[in-house]
Amino acid sequence: MKVTVLYFAALRERVGRAREECELPADVDTVDALRAWLVTRGEPWAGAFASTRHVRAAVDQAMARGDVRLHDEAEVAFFPPVTGG
Amino acid sequence: MIRVQTEAFDVNAEIERLRAANPRIGAIACFIGVVRDLNEGIAVGSMTLEHYPGMTERALEGIVEQARRRWDLYDVLVTHRIGELQPTDPIVLVIVTSAHRGEAFAACEFVMDYLKTEAPFWKKEATPEGARWVDARESDSAARARWDDSEGQS
Repeated sequence: MKVTVLYFAALRERVGRAREECELPADVDTVDALRAWLVTRGEPWAGAFASTRHVRAAVDQAMARGDVRLHDEAEVAFFPPVTGG
Repeated sequence: MIRVQTEAFDVNAEIERLRAANPRIGAIACFIGVVRDLNEGIAVGSMTLEHYPGMTERALEGIVEQARRRWDLYDVLVTHRIGELQPTDPIVLVIVTSAHRGEAFAACEFVMDYLKTEAPFWKKEATPEGARWVDARESDSAARARWDDSEGQS
C-alpha cells in the first residue's frame, strides 16, 4: 500500500523534509510498523526518531496509537508532543 | 467557532459580538494566553508557532464538541495564532458563554487543558543561545488528566 508520511516541528527538521510518499511492504500495516520500517532505511530517519523523545502519531488527522492499522492512501503524521496554547 | 490565524485578535470585539447576539447569556469566561519573555530561566526573543493544517481545526472542533457535551453552553470561540510572535503578544483566545458562571469557567479551563495536550501546535523559541523547540510539560498532561475522572457538572 501507499501512504503519505508527514513530519512536524523538530522531527521535520531532523528528517529534512515535511512529507514523502511511501510504498510500503505488505507486512508494514500499523503505525508502529511504519515507524520501524522508516528507521530501517537508515539516515536521516533513524537519527531523527532516535533523538526525538515521545514521538506521537496521527492517522488521517486524528491522534493514533502505535497499534492503529494503516490503509492505502492513508495520511500518517509523526511529531513531538504538542506545545500550543 | 474555530480560527487559526497569523493576525492578532480583538478580545473586546469578540466578546461584544457574542454578548449582543444572545440575551440569555449570563456569564462570559475568557482565557488569553500570552508569549512570555522568559522560559525555563532563558530569555526568549521571539517565538514561531507551527501547526498541522487540517488536523488542527479538527482537533479543536473535537475539543469544543466534548466541552458542549459536558456543560450547558451557548458559544465557544477558540482563536489560535500561528507564525512568528513576540513577547507580550497574545497567542490564544478562548471565550465561553453560558447562562451561569460555573459552566463557563469550567468549560474554558477544559478547552485550554485539552488544547495544550491534543491540538497539533509546536513552539520554537529564539533565545540568545539559538533557536530551540519548546518541550511539552508534564504539568499539562496532569491538567488534562484531571478531567478524566470528573463528571464536569458540579
